[in-house]
Amino acid sequence: MEILMAFVIGILFMTATYLMLSRSLLRIIIGTGLLSHGAHLLILTMGGLKRGAAPILRDNITIYTDPLPQALILTAIVISFGVTAFFLVLAYRSYKELGTDNVEEMRGSKLND
Amino acid sequence: MSYLLLAIVSPLLFAIFIPFFHKWFGRVHTGWFVLPLPILLFAYFLSYLPQTMSQKRVMETFEWIPSLGMNFTAKVDGLGLLFALLITGIGALVILYSIYYLAKDKEKLNTFYVYLLLFMGAMLGVVLSDNLIVMYAFWELTSFSSFLLIGYWYERERSRYGAQKSMLITVFGGLAMLGGIILLYVMTGTFSMTEIISTSDEIFNHPLFVPALLCILLGAFTKSAQFPFYIWLPDAMEAPTPVSAYLHSATMVKAGIYLVARFTPVFGESSVWFWLVGGVGLLTLIWGSIFAVKQTDLKAILAFSTVSQLGLIMSLLGVGAAALHYEALDDNIYTIAVTAAIFHLINHATFKGSLFMAAGIVDHETGTRDIRKLGGLMQFMPVTFTISAIGAFSMVGLPPFNGFLSKEMFFTAMVQVREMNIFNLETWGILFPVLAWVASIFTFVYSMILVFKTFTGKFQPEKLSNKPHEAPIGMLISPLILVALVVIFGLFPNLLASTLISPAMSAVLPDLLGAGEEFDVHISFWHGPNIELFMTLGVILLGFFLFKTYPKWGRIYGKLPQKLSLNRFYDGLIEKAQNGSNRMTSSYMTGSIRSYLVYIFAFFIFILSAALIRENAFKLDTSNVSSIGIYEMVLVLFIVVGSISILFVKSRMTSIILLGSVGYTVSLFYVLFRAPDLALTQLVIETISVALFLVCFYHLPKYRKLETRMRFRLTNALISIGVGAIVTIIALSAHSNKLFDSISQYYVENTYVEAAGKNMVNVILVDFRGFDTLFEITVLAIASLGIYGMIRLKSDRGKQG
Repeated sequence: MEILMAFVIGILFMTATYLMLSRSLLRIIIGTGLLSHGAHLLILTMGGLKRGAAPILRDNITIYTDPLPQALILTAIVISFGVTAFFLVLAYRSYKELGTDNVEEMRGSKLND
Repeated sequence: MSYLLLAIVSPLLFAIFIPFFHKWFGRVHTGWFVLPLPILLFAYFLSYLPQTMSQKRVMETFEWIPSLGMNFTAKVDGLGLLFALLITGIGALVILYSIYYLAKDKEKLNTFYVYLLLFMGAMLGVVLSDNLIVMYAFWELTSFSSFLLIGYWYERERSRYGAQKSMLITVFGGLAMLGGIILLYVMTGTFSMTEIISTSDEIFNHPLFVPALLCILLGAFTKSAQFPFYIWLPDAMEAPTPVSAYLHSATMVKAGIYLVARFTPVFGESSVWFWLVGGVGLLTLIWGSIFAVKQTDLKAILAFSTVSQLGLIMSLLGVGAAALHYEALDDNIYTIAVTAAIFHLINHATFKGSLFMAAGIVDHETGTRDIRKLGGLMQFMPVTFTISAIGAFSMVGLPPFNGFLSKEMFFTAMVQVREMNIFNLETWGILFPVLAWVASIFTFVYSMILVFKTFTGKFQPEKLSNKPHEAPIGMLISPLILVALVVIFGLFPNLLASTLISPAMSAVLPDLLGAGEEFDVHISFWHGPNIELFMTLGVILLGFFLFKTYPKWGRIYGKLPQKLSLNRFYDGLIEKAQNGSNRMTSSYMTGSIRSYLVYIFAFFIFILSAALIRENAFKLDTSNVSSIGIYEMVLVLFIVVGSISILFVKSRMTSIILLGSVGYTVSLFYVLFRAPDLALTQLVIETISVALFLVCFYHLPKYRKLETRMRFRLTNALISIGVGAIVTIIALSAHSNKLFDSISQYYVENTYVEAAGKNMVNVILVDFRGFDTLFEITVLAIASLGIYGMIRLKSDRGKQG
């Protein structure tokens, strides 16, 4: 399973990278979303999969899955959500101000001034 | 702090008070307040003469950074004292001259004297420091204050150009010298000059010996305007004339000479040293004298003449270093080159200082320095004419003046080069006297042009802006004193022999002296009819002939040296460096986010794959994997199809929905992998995220044809495949290389015992690792405040706009 997951994660990273290299701001944000999914799954996979019960103490069970990666992912999910939300509003605002969502047109170079 | 150290830094300390003098006593020329200091210092340094004459050294130390071996150690020996006397003596004369030269109400006198005092203190520090790092610090301070002085009239474009050029060249050399100092430290373990000299035999065969030598010489050659670094000196003539007289003839340009003399005991025995110092000096001598002839500006002639004379001194030091090869002091005829170098150093300071001051007077009283406009000034300015004539005759080497003596000794030394039996000099040695002789002829020609084109011939009043008249007496005092010295040293050269020259020689060639010995320097006027005398006669005759026929052959100058000008090379280099770096920067700083991401990802792929290959780290271990069930297979299919189809869909609505489906699949994965909290959070957050995406989607532009498929780009595809592949490979290798067990067993065992909770993930989040959660909350708070701010700011600005 871990080996299969490694390939899944690779595909998620690949599509995320391809989307981040595009011009549309919305696609870039979609790319970051895929990237964080990939990263979260990577953390979980590296901790080992399906090695026991869910990490909630119950009687008569001694083997649980590793709780630490789950705690880390929970933190990461919340943070990436905060950042994505901020980024989305930023995209919305920049479209309102600049009238475009094409990053190639958002150059701060001499072409603009 | 002892008096000696205080004396060295006193100009720097005194500089602090100059602006106050200028402000409070505005009616008095600020220079009068400055003048006593160099006079006092001159007298103070004179008091060291008896000690240096008896071959004693005075060392004083002030601890600066003792743990690094950097202490402000002052050492007064013959060489240092000679320079200190030159600096303070000529400094006093130049300040006196500048009082009359610079108008009180037109010039920014406070800055002028601050810069000048900075320079004086720095120069004293250079020649009296025994610690090389401290010397380097003072060395850069001289470059810096010279930069300020050259750019004194900063509103002129040429001044700024000259200041920048001299700064770039001398700082380049200064940094090279710092490299040499550090190499010496690596070899000897000390920054102290005295200790380095005492270990000079050991470092001779060290592999770093030649690199250190080259670095030190680069510093000396750039500062002393040797070939090919002389180009800054003619442009430094944009400085006020007192500055040119002081810095660019008598003191700063001799710092490189000082450095070479100081390092002769360390490097002198090497043939590289002989050929570089002697050869470059000779080349500079002849190059400078040839170029001086074609100049039409008085100060430019003097600048090239300074270059040429510095080359002369440098070549003498190079030849003098060969004396170290002949052990005994008895009848070691080659020491005469060092005698000549030191003697000419003093002579050059006197006559070149007076010539600069005379040129300044001519400029001041007529309004021009162009010799094509000048002529026939003898009747108006008899005193200035006398000063110029004596200075020029001394520079040429005519009998009653001191230049004659040093030029005779120069010829003697150069003729003796032929008799050396080292460094292939049996064959090449003949070049030395021949080149020296030719250069002397050109020296004669330009000196005559300097004097006679200015003061004799036809008077052209229509070309002059001022009506010429003799300068005020105050302006004449300094050059008169210098000219008097020219005559006195000429008639009584032995005044200097035992007082200054012999102690300085023992500092340059300490190895040749046994205990209690000293150099017996005796400069005599009349050697009898020897070859040097005939060489001088030849110079005078041929020079006179060339000067008379100059209008006929001077025209070839118009074509010849233009091609050889090194300024064009320098300007081209600066321009190429600027354009090149501009092109380079604009080639990769495109302003497009995509290209930066391409660099970042490409570097990521490259560095990780290189590390993997180098360490041979890839490993696949299937023994430790869990089984694959049918549910997992379905979910894997979902997530792969979902994420890849985002790339191919046309509508962005579809891609948002696909992203949502990927997110929900991920939360289903969490369910399968027994992470209930994650599944819950992921489900909620994915819902909110998709909603946010849809909000954005609603506000996106309508007029553009945005509903298009993504354009395919090969680089993007390659890079993203590379990123995916490298992440997969690293994930596989990392999973296969488990080195030690997880620490999670502790959490499993202690969740209830220590923290009274049964949900391990929650206990970790709020108890074991509660800090993470605190700051994660902060992140959310900041994000929400930021979002609120972004939306509020719009309406605020809308109101204002």
